[in-house]
Amino acid sequence: MPMLLSLQGAIGQGILWGIMALGIYLTFRILDIADLSVDGSFATGGAVCAVALIAGIHPILAILLATLSGFLAGFVTGFLHTKCKMPAILAGILTQLALYSINLRIMGKSNIPLLQSSTLFKDFAKVIPLTSQWITICIGIFFSLIVVIGIYWFLGTEFGSCLRATGNNENMVRANGVNTDTMKLFGLMLSNGLVAMSGALVTQQQSVADVKMGTGAIVIGLASIVIGEVIFGKKAGFKLRLTSIIVGSIIYRMIVAIVLQMGLNTDDLKLLTAFIVAVALTVPVIVNKRKRLSMYKKLTGKELQNHA
Amino acid sequence: MLKLEKVSKSFHIGTPNEKCVIKSLNLELKEGDFVTVIGGNGAGKSTLLNLIAGVYPIDCGIITLNGQNISLAPEYQRAKLIGRVFQDPMMGTAADMQIIENLAMAARRGQKRSLRWGVTKKEKEQYYEAVKTLGLGLEDRLTTKVGLLSGGQRQALTLLMATLHKPQLLLLDEHTAALDPATSTKVLTLTNEIVTKQHLTAMMVTHNMKDAIDIGNRLIMMYDGHIIYDVEGEEKKKLTVNDLLKKFEEAIGEEFVNDRMLLG
Ligand SMILES: Nc1ncnc2c1ncn2[C@@H]1O[C@H](COP(=O)(O)OP(=O)(O)O)[C@@H](O)[C@H]1O
Ligand SMILES: [Mg+2]
Repeated sequence: MPMLLSLQGAIGQGILWGIMALGIYLTFRILDIADLSVDGSFATGGAVCAVALIAGIHPILAILLATLSGFLAGFVTGFLHTKCKMPAILAGILTQLALYSINLRIMGKSNIPLLQSSTLFKDFAKVIPLTSQWITICIGIFFSLIVVIGIYWFLGTEFGSCLRATGNNENMVRANGVNTDTMKLFGLMLSNGLVAMSGALVTQQQSVADVKMGTGAIVIGLASIVIGEVIFGKKAGFKLRLTSIIVGSIIYRMIVAIVLQMGLNTDDLKLLTAFIVAVALTVPVIVNKRKRLSMYKKLTGKELQNHA
Repeated sequence: MLKLEKVSKSFHIGTPNEKCVIKSLNLELKEGDFVTVIGGNGAGKSTLLNLIAGVYPIDCGIITLNGQNISLAPEYQRAKLIGRVFQDPMMGTAADMQIIENLAMAARRGQKRSLRWGVTKKEKEQYYEAVKTLGLGLEDRLTTKVGLLSGGQRQALTLLMATLHKPQLLLLDEHTAALDPATSTKVLTLTNEIVTKQHLTAMMVTHNMKDAIDIGNRLIMMYDGHIIYDVEGEEKKKLTVNDLLKKFEEAIGEEFVNDRMLLG
C-alpha cells in the first residue's frame, strides 16, 4: 500500500515539475540554448509565491507573481547572453548564482513554511473530498493543460515561428528581417516564467519554500525531456511531444519513488538523476548505431548473395 | 539606388593576422541593374555582399540604399529591403520547419511579427501557385520539412523566399556553386526569370565567366578588395571570356593569367 500511495504522489509531483520541464524544453530543444539559470528561477518562483501567500495574497495571484519573477530572471540571462555577448552557459550560471542571494533576500531566511497560509491545494481540499494526492494530480493537470495548449498555440503564431526558426537557423531568421536577439531574450523569459510557475505550484503543494528547492532542476528537466523522447520518439507530432515531456517527468518521479521505496538513501538521489539523464541520452545513440549496423548487414548481405 | 562610398573592411584588426579585405570601395547601382560579380578566390566578393547585407559592420564609408543611409543598421533591419541567397544551400532555410512555414516567414520579411497564425489558410493557396512556378513538384509537398529536400531544391526555395516579398535589392552569392551542373543551370534560369519579371535590382557573384557575361546588364571584376573592371550595356554583351582574362592581366600587371587565377 505505501508503494501505491507514493506512486500516486509521484504522479502529482511529476505533473507539477513537468511544467518546469516544458519551460526548459523551450530553451533546450526549441532555441537550442542550455540555460542554467532555471535552478535559480525555480526557487525564485517558490520564494515569491511563499512571500506573497504569507502576505495574504490569493494563491492564484501568487502563482502569477511568481511567473512574472521568472520572466525577470529570464530577462537577465537573455540580456547577458544577447546584449553582453556572453555564452549562454555562462550567462545562465551568473544568473543562477545571483538568484541564490536574491532568493534569500526575498524570503528573508532560507526556508518559509506555509502551515498557516491558504494554498490552492488546501482551498481545493476544503471544497472537494479527495485525497491530497488526487488533488495534486487534478490541479497539476489543469495547469499543465493550459501550459501545453498555450505553448502549442504560441509556437504556431508568427512570433512563435520565428522563435522556432531561431533555434534552427539564426542566419535564415536574420535574413528574413527578424532580430534573433529579441527572439532569444523572449524565449529565455518565457522559459524561466514557466519554471518559476512550476516552482510556485510545488511550493504551494508542499506548503514550504526553500532556497535550495531548485538545486538540480535543470537536470531533472532534461531527464523528463529525454525520457519523453526515448518513449515517444523525437518524430512524434508536436502536441504529443509536449505531452511526452509531462509523461517523462511523471516517469522520472516514479523511478525516484520506486528506488526510494527500495531503500535508496535520499543523499544518493542526485547521483541517480544524473545517471538517468546519462542513460536516457545514451540509449538513442546506441539504438541508432545498432539499427545502422543491422541495416548494413541486411543490405550488404543481399548484395553479396546477388553477386554469388 | 544602392551606393557605396569609400567603404573599407578589415578582419582581425589589431592582431598579426590583420587583413584589409575591402579597400575604400566605391560602387553605385541604378534601379533595375542586374550586376554579375567575378574575381579570384579571396578577392572579397562575398565580403562585399556581406557588408551590404550587414552581416559584418563596415570600418568606414557610407552605404545608402534607396536614399536611406544603412551604414550602421543591423543585419535584420537591412533584411527588410534586401533579399539574399547564399552559397551554402543549408543557410537560407530552416531545416526542421515545413516548406510552407519557411515561405510564410519569408513573406513577412519587413513586417512586424504578431500573434496571428504563422501560416494562414489563404496563404496556402498562394504558396501553392508560387512554388509551382519553380517547376520542381514541391507544390504538392508543402508540409514537408525542408531538411528532406536536396541542395538544389533548397536553393530554389531560398530564391523564391528571397523574392516572395519584393526586395529592393537581391544579393546572390555563388548560389549555384554547390549544385550539380544540371540543377545549377535550372536555378540560374529561374534566377534570370525572377529578376527580369519582377524588375529587381540584383548582384550575383558567380564563378562562371560565361554566365557572368550572358546574364545581367553589368559586370564587375574584383581583385584584392578593389573593383578593377566595371562594364555595362552593349559593351558587356560583346565581351568574351578571353577579354575578361586580358582585362585581369592588365589590372594586376601580370602575364600568363589563367582562368584559375581569376576564378579560384
Ligand atoms: N569572417 C571573416 N573573418 C576573417 N577573415 C575573413 C572573414 N570573411 C572573409 N575573410 C577573408 O577575407 C578575404 C576575402 O574573402 P571573401 O570575401 O570570402 O572572398 P571571395 O568571396 O571573393 O572568395 C579572404 O582572405 C578571407 O579569408
Ligand atoms: Mg565567396
